[in-house]
Amino acid sequence: MTAVWQVSVEPSRCRGSGMCTVIAPGSFTMAAAGRSAATAPVVAADGAILDAALSCPLEAITVTDLGSGKRLAPED
Amino acid sequence: MTIDQVPLVFPFAVPPGSDLAPEFARLREQRPVTRVVLPSGDTAWLVTRYQDVRTVLSDLRFSRAAAEAPGAPRMGNTRPGPDTILGMDPPDHTRLRKLVAQAFTARSVERLRPRTTELATGLVHGLLAGPLPADLMSGFALALPMKVIFELLGVPFRDSGPLHDLTEVIFSLAAHGPDEVRAARQDIEAYLRRALQRRREHPTDDLLTALVAARDQEDRLSEQEMVGFALILITVGHMSTANTLGAAIYSLLRHPRELATLRENPELIPSAVEELLRYNPFTLTGAQLRVAVADTEIGGVTIRAGEGVIAAIGSANYDAVRFAQPDRLDLGRLDNPHLAFGFGVHHCLGAQLARMELQVALAALLGGLPATLALAVPPGELAWKTGLTAQALVSLPVAW
Repeated sequence: MTAVWQVSVEPSRCRGSGMCTVIAPGSFTMAAAGRSAATAPVVAADGAILDAALSCPLEAITVTDLGSGKRLAPED
Repeated sequence: MTIDQVPLVFPFAVPPGSDLAPEFARLREQRPVTRVVLPSGDTAWLVTRYQDVRTVLSDLRFSRAAAEAPGAPRMGNTRPGPDTILGMDPPDHTRLRKLVAQAFTARSVERLRPRTTELATGLVHGLLAGPLPADLMSGFALALPMKVIFELLGVPFRDSGPLHDLTEVIFSLAAHGPDEVRAARQDIEAYLRRALQRRREHPTDDLLTALVAARDQEDRLSEQEMVGFALILITVGHMSTANTLGAAIYSLLRHPRELATLRENPELIPSAVEELLRYNPFTLTGAQLRVAVADTEIGGVTIRAGEGVIAAIGSANYDAVRFAQPDRLDLGRLDNPHLAFGFGVHHCLGAQLARMELQVALAALLGGLPATLALAVPPGELAWKTGLTAQALVSLPVAW
């Protein structure tokens, strides 16, 4: 069974670098005020989403594996 | 013939020290995507409006990897190289960038703030103890970013002089010939190979060691990619910040009222840094040239596969459609999504570090130097470097 992840962008941290919306275009969108937002809060595991989260310079994207409860991004 | 028929010569010629070329405002208005001839003799499309610039930077059909291919249109005698993060597209770009992304997050950078403050304060003390006029370029704007990135990488500061001189050569647009640029690049790479080899033998906790570990233990990048990465970190990592800091200080000195306000209200420093990044009038070119990998329409113009595209970041940052009163230096500007660090996957890796350094630098200068701080010569007598992708001050003589 495919793992299910919870994805969220903390708007107060986001500086609108545009990294996530290009690395995982279907999963993040540039919302009002130049801040990114996740297009869906719960998604099937997707390497591009993790790449986007781990590339975020502000560590504004949190990815959690809902099965295990483990936080995949940001790294500690 | 009119502007519509003849490709303009780019970068636009401006007198040293002057503001952004007036051509940008005219082009945003009349011809937002236009043909230009580059120093290499190649032609490219110049994109000048904020929204279109963002599109070029974030649409992967405008490729950096294709711009490094043999025969691709080129800006001048220097390109970052196909083995560097600046010369790659995803997924290669993502693979490399992730290797060091952790070191440049806002959280990691905050840990460097106390040490950066210590370095900045030390430089200010040196200026106070030295003769007047003092040179804020060599004595501060260049010295601080070099000390910070050299410590992060683990490169001894005593080697900074020759490394900086070589960096100037490889950053030049047309001031140095291809052979000279190639030789300079080989010299820096040879230096870095030796430094990386020393980390192989004696690992430490610096960034060069992290690159070696990613190469040797995890095979996540090739030997040439490792050297190329170190090259980008050490060159861009000090030159861009130094030129930006120099430009920021210069802009403040030219706006004494804003400078006084900032001195009295240091809590404005974070927004002032963003505004000085946006306002920087010395950007001559913009982002690294992209090459279209498919026919793509932008601003009503179809760009054909294989053609070059330049996203004029400086122009975008002065687009009145996005920024209210763009010609005004407004240190308290709240809505400021400037593109000084780019946008999309190539958004500056060191952006958070640069932000922190600029904040610390301004706080140290304004807090440490007397309020009578001013240019020691008329602005027209300042010397500027030419033939680079940005106007850069040779020196910034000040007195107090």
